Amino acid sequence: MPTPMHRPRKAPVVKTSLLLPLVVLVGRTVRALARRLGGGTAIPGLVVERLAPWFLPTVLGRLPHGVIVVSGTNGKTTTTKVTADLLTSQGLRVFTNRTGSNFTRGVVSAMLADVSLTGRLPADVAVLELDEAHGVHFARAVRPTHTMLLNVLRDQLDRFGEIDTTARLLERIARATTTTVIANREDSRLVRIGESLEGVDVRWIGLGPATRAAFRSDDELHGGAEGPGPAHEADVELLEYDGDTARFRVGGQELVAPLRLGPVYNAFNAAGAIALTRAVLGERLDIDRVRDGLAGIEPAFGRGESFSVGGTPLELVLVKNPAGFRMALAAYPHAGVATMIVINDADADGRDVSWLWDVDFDELRATGVALTSGVRAADMALRLQYDLVPVGGVEDDLEAALRRFTAENPGPKRIYATYTAMLVLRRILHGSSFGVLA
Amino acid sequence: MTGEPLTIAHLYPHQMNIYGDHGNVLALQRRAQWHGYEPEVLEVHPGDPFPARADVIVGGGGQDSGQSKVTGDLGRHADEYRDAVEDGTPVLLVCGMYQLFGRAFVTSEGERLPGIGVLDLETTGSSKRIIGNVAVESDEFGTVIGFENHSGRTVLGSGGRPLGHVAKGRGNNGTDGTEGVRYRNVIGTYLHGSVLPKNPRVADFLLETAAVRRHGSFHRGTPDDARADAARRVAASRPR
Ligand SMILES: [Zn+2]
Repeated sequence: MPTPMHRPRKAPVVKTSLLLPLVVLVGRTVRALARRLGGGTAIPGLVVERLAPWFLPTVLGRLPHGVIVVSGTNGKTTTTKVTADLLTSQGLRVFTNRTGSNFTRGVVSAMLADVSLTGRLPADVAVLELDEAHGVHFARAVRPTHTMLLNVLRDQLDRFGEIDTTARLLERIARATTTTVIANREDSRLVRIGESLEGVDVRWIGLGPATRAAFRSDDELHGGAEGPGPAHEADVELLEYDGDTARFRVGGQELVAPLRLGPVYNAFNAAGAIALTRAVLGERLDIDRVRDGLAGIEPAFGRGESFSVGGTPLELVLVKNPAGFRMALAAYPHAGVATMIVINDADADGRDVSWLWDVDFDELRATGVALTSGVRAADMALRLQYDLVPVGGVEDDLEAALRRFTAENPGPKRIYATYTAMLVLRRILHGSSFGVLA
Repeated sequence: MTGEPLTIAHLYPHQMNIYGDHGNVLALQRRAQWHGYEPEVLEVHPGDPFPARADVIVGGGGQDSGQSKVTGDLGRHADEYRDAVEDGTPVLLVCGMYQLFGRAFVTSEGERLPGIGVLDLETTGSSKRIIGNVAVESDEFGTVIGFENHSGRTVLGSGGRPLGHVAKGRGNNGTDGTEGVRYRNVIGTYLHGSVLPKNPRVADFLLETAAVRRHGSFHRGTPDDARADAARRVAASRPR
């Protein structure tokens, strides 16, 4: 709920139509300048937010099919991308924020590229990826029509403090939503939020018995699964997924679709995207087009980035919290692949590396880990020692580690890296004689 | 391998398991093996009986929601835990469980929630979290390295001494320079990290005490602690 201090300023209707072209022009000029100077993409958004706080609610408020917010710890990017694809395949024009701009300013910056001088976006619906904190900020300005709550997992606890705090942020986004909230019924904290909502259509996504085994919540990590089965009928349920084909239950119907999204958690994100599409389209949903939309999703997407080094594949996998790391380890085969793990502890990675102890590395025991690197390479090596995983070496310097890793391992390779480590690795791999994008 | 058995009781693994505190159980388990013992981990869930055959007891930090779930259960066994502690059972309590073993937790609204009172300390809630890398100087264990993340401010009574004094970080309350508590064979601390893998001396103190109590002596093995030393050096060099 907006506090009095943060109540969104009402858009003055008459003035808005006069001022909008001016705001758009100013924003575009800042955008062009920022680009020329190589500055951040957030700056034009920041300027417009300051200059005209009503810009965002005014422009988004005109979209006939509403504003969808996707939030939660893991899977926002995949869910947002697949939702945008599915809505497009249903014939809607979709405005969305591209990867890496999941904050309000990023949304405004993206809007400036597309909006007309009269403040019209060439879109029918917006699908926006927002992290928990920025989602609250956004929902104070623009009440979402639809919200997807994916999960509440341990992630950067030194930033948000506690997982319960994160859950409260999601609850505030849910309470600001006007039409439909879709939540993951496999997440007990989201179930509590969903059950507490009033005056809004609450729907659920869920896992079938066969797929549920692949997911374990943080609380179930140690000492086996806990609690009874799901208490809510799911709008969309992921029944089966083998990396090529997924079987969903959508409403009362079964939907079998080609789906090449890599790990099973991405297929679950697709279930969220189907549920959102269904909520937006209602009776007009064309299920055949959903199937086509799912089949058309880029296979490489969501798999981590693939490079080719000396003619063999190198996969770069982002790991940012225990659940994501666990699922990544479970999703990829390890035999015949050399592994490197890179752990940094900058703010964006999480300064506390305790989370590494919530990941089970038994999966890597047979193949071992060729190298650990990053600022916390030593912590990672220590962690592996306690899971009895052999480690070939510890090399703090990332560039040196990458050279050694590629030189000593001519075959297929995989690197698990935290956020800032991944940025550095991408830069090295993209920018040099090292690797070519596969 | 058929070493002498050691039983490690892990308190409330579903509720009190935040920030990698599972690493403490794993550290005791592995190091017991490396010293030639045969460890068994006993999980204690709400509703379970008191783990009477535990040779060493470990409890971690938890979310607010987890904490409220275990408070009642812990309270039902307060006398048994007190007897075990007075009898010299080695115990490691991190963050939330450290607080719950104290006399009380006073919320920022002034509500007084009783702990089990096994340790002479009291914690007050605060809206400002203490978060960051920590180095503690301890007479007993040398430098103890970890990461703190807590909103509670803990003040020790006269019935316990601090684990050590903070060289980096805030510790118990951010004002008196103390970190954690030492009482009988109990170690209470705010340090995650996890604390035991990065501080083998602390882990081995718990194991040695457990082995001596159960078997009369401790046979020290030769765990390779080169990586722990390296991880300690890196952690010590990181900004608070
Ligand atoms: Zn803590």
